[in-house]
Amino acid sequence: MALAQPVLEARNLSVHFGGHKAVHDVNCAFYRGTLTTIVGPNGAGKTTWFNLLSGQLRATSGQVLLRGEDLTPLGAAARTDKGLGRAFQLTNLFPGLTALENVRLAVASRHRTGHVFWQMSSRRSDIAGRAFEVLQTVGLDHRAESLVANLPHGDQRKLEVALLLALEPEVFMFDEPTAGMSVDEVPVILELIAAIKAKQDKVVLLVEHKMDVVRSLSDRIVVLHNGELVADGEPAEVIASPVVQEAYLGTSPSAAEVAL
Amino acid sequence: MLSNLLSGDLPRSRRLTAALLAILLALAFGPFLFPGVRAFSMMGMICVFIILVASYDLMLGYTHIVSFAHTMFFGIGAYGVAMAVGTWGNSFGSVLLGMAGALLLTIVLALLLGLLSLRVKAIFFALVTLAVAFAFLSLVTQLYPVTGGEDGMRVRVPRELGPAFRPLEQSLWGFSLPDFCSALVSGSATAWDDALFQVRINGRTLMYYVAFGTALLVFLFLLRVVNSPFGKVLQAIRENEFRAQALGYNTVLYRTSVVILSACLACLAGVLFALINRYVNPENTLAFELMVFILLMCVMGGMGTLYGAVVGASLFLLAQNYLQDLLKLLVTQLPPDSGLANLVGPERWLLWFGLLFVLSVYFFPAGVVGQLRRWSARRQQNNPVVEVVAKPGSQTLSS
Repeated sequence: MALAQPVLEARNLSVHFGGHKAVHDVNCAFYRGTLTTIVGPNGAGKTTWFNLLSGQLRATSGQVLLRGEDLTPLGAAARTDKGLGRAFQLTNLFPGLTALENVRLAVASRHRTGHVFWQMSSRRSDIAGRAFEVLQTVGLDHRAESLVANLPHGDQRKLEVALLLALEPEVFMFDEPTAGMSVDEVPVILELIAAIKAKQDKVVLLVEHKMDVVRSLSDRIVVLHNGELVADGEPAEVIASPVVQEAYLGTSPSAAEVAL
Repeated sequence: MLSNLLSGDLPRSRRLTAALLAILLALAFGPFLFPGVRAFSMMGMICVFIILVASYDLMLGYTHIVSFAHTMFFGIGAYGVAMAVGTWGNSFGSVLLGMAGALLLTIVLALLLGLLSLRVKAIFFALVTLAVAFAFLSLVTQLYPVTGGEDGMRVRVPRELGPAFRPLEQSLWGFSLPDFCSALVSGSATAWDDALFQVRINGRTLMYYVAFGTALLVFLFLLRVVNSPFGKVLQAIRENEFRAQALGYNTVLYRTSVVILSACLACLAGVLFALINRYVNPENTLAFELMVFILLMCVMGGMGTLYGAVVGASLFLLAQNYLQDLLKLLVTQLPPDSGLANLVGPERWLLWFGLLFVLSVYFFPAGVVGQLRRWSARRQQNNPVVEVVAKPGSQTLSS
């Protein structure tokens, strides 16, 4: 596995806010067909690191490479266009549009039809049809015509995942996709993520706190602590390692309970 | 067919449909329904302002770009034609040349403004556009030899668009709606005959129909734009620009193209204004007051609806032109020299004009169109028997 070319690679990636090293010198490569979970106590820099990878935040130093191509100078839009897809931890949707219109925007971006101004968007049945399919996969087809602002929180989380699915990226980045969902909704999302993994041709990155989820889904676990990468390897091995236990116990005992 | 023409964006309210049809018919047959110079020039202004306000709504209502430079582009169009006709004579060639030059300048300036929005956001962008617009205004006022300064410029339109041109030998019959109504009220037996009047078709009538046709086409074009995939991206930028970027849309590109498109349409409206009004000066094309009027029409009509531009422009200009007459009529009904009669005196029309705005914003926070749509949506929720209005997206799915 180590011999294949990584799809996504972070090289010496750092971002410093004044004296605070939010992410410091992280090296990590991700390969096709693997699901990697990023764990770490609150404030460890997981989301910040995601922001560096997907371009929401500019790195102080270091590089982000996709299939060997340097993405560091590119902004978020261009990185998404190249195949880096991102879902957000805090729900981040278009509240004044319907659920279907939200997904349709993602599908249209994937089809690169955003510049078309002479055609009615409702006439693009390919795009609307695909958007409806995606809504069905997350179980939101019955809310297709609801304004997102009127959707309950759990449905908004599902829609957040739907937007990422509709982008059909090469790298899927999920930032706590099941946070705030009710217990019976969580398996739907986890099955979707497992299905992406099962196809074996994508890279999936997942930030997640629920350790049973992490253990059952991940091929690999990366541990961030105080902005630094402190452990990286197979799930069983990482969870048992003393460095990880100390990282969790040292900052947040409750997190350690979940972790162990 | 109709849905196709309106790009699937129907009025979605019976009362709004009725109002829009009334406006469309009144404007289409205007010269044959409303006699008099004032009504004629007001209808021309409504056509010009529909273009101006609808294009402003594309920026403000659909993309949330607040710009105060819209009148600058309007003025560029108006002065472009005025200067071209003044220099090269009153031929269609010089009108076209002036328009082309104005559009070119508009595109360059709008591109610069659009790229500026890369650096400065929201309220700061609005302030920069304000500064640019004021700079342009004082430039036009100072350059007396070129623009006529405060005196402005008379526009000698091509003969075919002037009052001297008579395409028809005999005059046509018109049916005066205002006369008919007043005759009905006073109980005149000859109401039908009294309402008939003669309409002489001249170049100004032709010019009016050029403006009407252009306004209609521009409006339908804008309806298409906002309901296209491009328009949906604009709404995405309005709702959440950060996420639009994360979905892979280069929002700077989209915002810049909207600023340019909207500016070009404002410039076109300016060209029509110069040809209809046949006189341009800084006050009637570039003043800040005009910018505020455009903003008011847009907000009163309903931002982000486009139909709001039609309703807003019509209501505003009607009030501006006829409120004084209405007050005059009221005064005659009241006891003379009473406090109330003084209060509604026609010389106080601006007070009532302002009060009208305050009330309209208070009772129609979503604008006239937004509020009418809300009411009709609520009625449909209460009566589930009424047919469900399907959104365009679901129609294509089922077909």
